[in-house]
Amino acid sequence: MSLARAFDIAAGAVAAQAQRLNAVASNLANAESAAAPNESPYRARQVLFEATPARDGTAGVRVAAVLEDPAPARRHYDPRHPLADAQGYVTLSNVNVVDEMINMVSAARAYQNNLEVMNTAKTLMLRTLNLGA
Amino acid sequence: MMNRIEDALRAQSLALELRAHRQSVLASNIANAETPGYRAVDFDFARALRAALARPGAPLPRPQPQAEAQPAADGNTVDMDAERAKFADNAVRYEAALRALNGQIRTLLDAIRG
Repeated sequence: MSLARAFDIAAGAVAAQAQRLNAVASNLANAESAAAPNESPYRARQVLFEATPARDGTAGVRVAAVLEDPAPARRHYDPRHPLADAQGYVTLSNVNVVDEMINMVSAARAYQNNLEVMNTAKTLMLRTLNLGA
Repeated sequence: MMNRIEDALRAQSLALELRAHRQSVLASNIANAETPGYRAVDFDFARALRAALARPGAPLPRPQPQAEAQPAADGNTVDMDAERAKFADNAVRYEAALRALNGQIRTLLDAIRG
């Protein structure tokens, strides 16, 4: 039944967007995480979406991979910091807070849109159950 | 007798099936609004219904990629506003088909009960 398919697609998309929101949350939480001079700092995580086409031409979505941002780590001059290196620089994560905020708003909007699809599909399925009654 | 009842309900039930299929096609577009390289798809409902009525038992129509004015930098062609509008419109029309079918069923039931 096609409406159940619509429901499944939207449910998959909600899960994918939730995973993206999780990545945003860990990136923002670790935006200021410092690393010791000989350790690698936190790298921003980005989820990569991928369409999962079905034979009837519809397509769900799933998270294909969670990639680490290859951008260089931020270095911040603070000689009094306990994790500062010999030159007085602290290595911080490479999280771009502005990008993450945009990502967060976008993921939240997409989440809402798909939730509404689920709601509509549910209502229509319930109405269909009453057919002939 | 059974055949005649089926024939009476056939047009509306086909319409309902196609509306439900289109609903899941539009749900695909909304779900993939941020998938890189995804192309928005849809099908012409009126043409699909004509084809289904002319040829009973035909498979559901395959949605085709839609011409899009402005693809995003990542190749995605989903226009969220347009998809949401189409989704809402299709939901109302699904319900309209459902009510029409319901009305026909009631008419038949009234005729049976006398």
